Amino acid sequence: MDKARPAFEPGGKLHAFRSVYDGFDTFLFTPRETSRSGVHIHDSMDSKRTMIIVIVALLPCLLFGMYNCGYQHWLACGATEFPFWEMFLYGLAAILPAIVVSYFVGLGIEFCVAQWRGEEIQEGFLVTGILIPMICPVETPLWMIAVATAFSVIFVKEVFGGTGYNIFNVALVTRAFLFFSYPAKMSGDSVFISHDSILGLGGMAPDGFTGATPLGQIATSGAQNAAEAAASLQGVNGQAIDLWQMFLGLIPGSFAETSTLCILIGAALLLATGIASWRIILSVFAGGAVMSLIAHWCATPTYPASFLSVGEQLCLGGFAFAAVFMAPDPVTSCRTNTGKYIYGFLVGAVAIIIRTYNNGYPEGAMLAVLLMNALAPLIDYCVVEANVRRRLRRAAARS
Amino acid sequence: MSISIKLKKGLDLSLAGAVATPQPDDAPMVTPATVAVTPDDFAGFIPKTEVREGDTVKAGQPLLRDKNTPGMKLVSPVAGTVKAVVRGERRKIERVTVEVNPDGEAVRFDTAKAANNAEAARALLLESGLWAFTRQRPYDIVTDPNATIRDIFVTGFDSAPLAVSRHDFTADTVSRLEAGVRLLATLTKGKVYITRRPSQGMPDIKGAEMADITGPHPAGNAGPAIAAIAPVNKGETVMTLSLDTLWRIGSLLTDGTVPAVTTVAITGSEVKTPHMARTIIGADMADLLKDELDDTPRHRRIISGNVLTGVAVPADGYLRFPYTQVTVIPEGDDVDEFMGWASLSTEKMSTSPSFPARLFGKKRFKPDARLHGGRRAMIMSGQYDKVFPMDILPEYLVKAVLAKDIDRMEQLGIYEVAPEDFALAEYVDTSKLELQKIIRQGLDYLRKELQ
Repeated sequence: MDKARPAFEPGGKLHAFRSVYDGFDTFLFTPRETSRSGVHIHDSMDSKRTMIIVIVALLPCLLFGMYNCGYQHWLACGATEFPFWEMFLYGLAAILPAIVVSYFVGLGIEFCVAQWRGEEIQEGFLVTGILIPMICPVETPLWMIAVATAFSVIFVKEVFGGTGYNIFNVALVTRAFLFFSYPAKMSGDSVFISHDSILGLGGMAPDGFTGATPLGQIATSGAQNAAEAAASLQGVNGQAIDLWQMFLGLIPGSFAETSTLCILIGAALLLATGIASWRIILSVFAGGAVMSLIAHWCATPTYPASFLSVGEQLCLGGFAFAAVFMAPDPVTSCRTNTGKYIYGFLVGAVAIIIRTYNNGYPEGAMLAVLLMNALAPLIDYCVVEANVRRRLRRAAARS
Repeated sequence: MSISIKLKKGLDLSLAGAVATPQPDDAPMVTPATVAVTPDDFAGFIPKTEVREGDTVKAGQPLLRDKNTPGMKLVSPVAGTVKAVVRGERRKIERVTVEVNPDGEAVRFDTAKAANNAEAARALLLESGLWAFTRQRPYDIVTDPNATIRDIFVTGFDSAPLAVSRHDFTADTVSRLEAGVRLLATLTKGKVYITRRPSQGMPDIKGAEMADITGPHPAGNAGPAIAAIAPVNKGETVMTLSLDTLWRIGSLLTDGTVPAVTTVAITGSEVKTPHMARTIIGADMADLLKDELDDTPRHRRIISGNVLTGVAVPADGYLRFPYTQVTVIPEGDDVDEFMGWASLSTEKMSTSPSFPARLFGKKRFKPDARLHGGRRAMIMSGQYDKVFPMDILPEYLVKAVLAKDIDRMEQLGIYEVAPEDFALAEYVDTSKLELQKIIRQGLDYLRKELQ
């Protein structure tokens, strides 16, 4: 790397790629830059490692998503045998193009902006880039992912100043952009299951199976009581699904958000390394549990989703994924400790409210996090003002 | 009667190169060839020279005076000949060096009136150069002699990494400290507080209110003690000084001369045998560190002070205020580390449990001066709070300073802090922001705008 450096310095012929070179250099070698002011030693932790740990925490979900993608496809084809590796490879082949597109578009824009600003490439998109395909239905067309990724990287992140300055979670805005721009492609019966055979793996799925997510099913079921609501939850093969399956995640859904188990494994890693705020994760689940308990007590046929039990509410849809990987995003969540409790609780409660009391939106986690992203600064403002008032009162008491 | 303060937030860094015997019977005396007075050590002091190169000076004779405060001086710690007045950019005085003459005389100060007369006490401290060793909050600058001092806080111990606190409290030492407290008491209508570790063996000092502080660094700093006892409100001024300075003030009253001897902890992973040494304040590093450093050829950083708040000095530099510690660590700019962000090495020092060293219990680390990452916007939240034991929201205060929003800085408690309070936050920050520099600039900006 050192040999190649002169070409990238100002005046070198590859100067236009300076930020790319810096990005790779700091990726491969720890920067030699030493402290020039203030403390003489720094903690070995940096934002690169932080981001990489988040990606590692996402891996169980991603790998399970690949397996589940194949599994759902096999189910849809009416298969009776489920070859593990074939299903896994099928899922891998289904998701890989989306990951490549997401990284290619997102990192491409980041590289260009970094070069234009004369800055080092920052690693914020590493996590966003993997999150985007993970929270989209597997059948989302690649061009849509490209358009949505470009939109959110430019208008949600870069216009605000880049990594660390965005107001909304970039990956979730990508999802929301897709959801509102191409509603037909982002919800309904068929997008959550991969239909065609890929690279010779799998078969052609017949038309007419129900591939809606459990939350989608119950929203349109018109169930009159809890038993009917439970009966409306069916797997792709038409058989009822129970809480255990929901927890394991062998159900239709966005690519990697179905398995609460894998999400909890990721959460354990994030909490053990202190990267995600336990205050937020805990209070999201608390908020979700309290709200679903209330909804369950006041269950009404007008809103069939209110028949779901607390456990089902927390395991279904993107709730757990949002609680662990979306809500605690440090940049867009509350930054004060008190604020984190309030923010998390409201994310959980609002997610359940939206999904239960609005049959038009079978899933509320995405919108809840985005809404609370917008409100987080307000919550923080109130917490900070409390600190300020304490100080003013103290001064007034002395004089 | 003493106050008891328990701090929970903070961080004790476990570094290699600690002094094995912090209270040796006979710490070797290192007599330097030259000493230097560095005005940069005294924030807010704008130096004007009182001497020229080649002048003969006595110990205690003024070398520099403050441009804005009549009577405030920095004096020569030793008798000798002025070797150089070193100037930097725009003729700013960087230091005055004095060649030591062991047989020279010392200035004798008239201390008779000072013990019970505020005017005389102030004049004595200003003239002897010891006033400049005190700091005030707000602004963390040399105390303004015209300010009404609400309280005085003496930090009785040093909790910084590898620092050594005073343990020997002989009758003579205690009587000097008490003399110092008597003089300080004339300067304020409030109290004189002295902080101490319960384990330190410091007896109650007559005339002072003792504050027993437990908990990790920054327990020894003035900031957390002030915050716990009586925070600084807008319009108030408190004075802070170290126990060493208090002892010097007491010694000035007892002996009539300014004591120039200081005990220094020579610490750090690059020092062969870390130990205590006695020397003169402002001693040159070349003499102080002669034959002390490891023989391996690599880049080193010599820090006068501790790794958090000290000053990097060149090998031919000088011991800087507060003259109590030298730390030598590897510089690290000659190391190639492949994919350091992915490292699972147990040599890596971090508060993050993602580094396996945490699993292996208490270990002494040998960190170098690298940032270990690129500078970023503030990404992680709540990192600073964990090491900031004051009722202040450090992140918001830093942002207000960056925005130069004076009202907001005041509301968020800028008057209560000094850059040193942010040192640990700067260490743990994954975004590698220069917090102490930011706070210093904020304090300077505020002072310029408001005065």
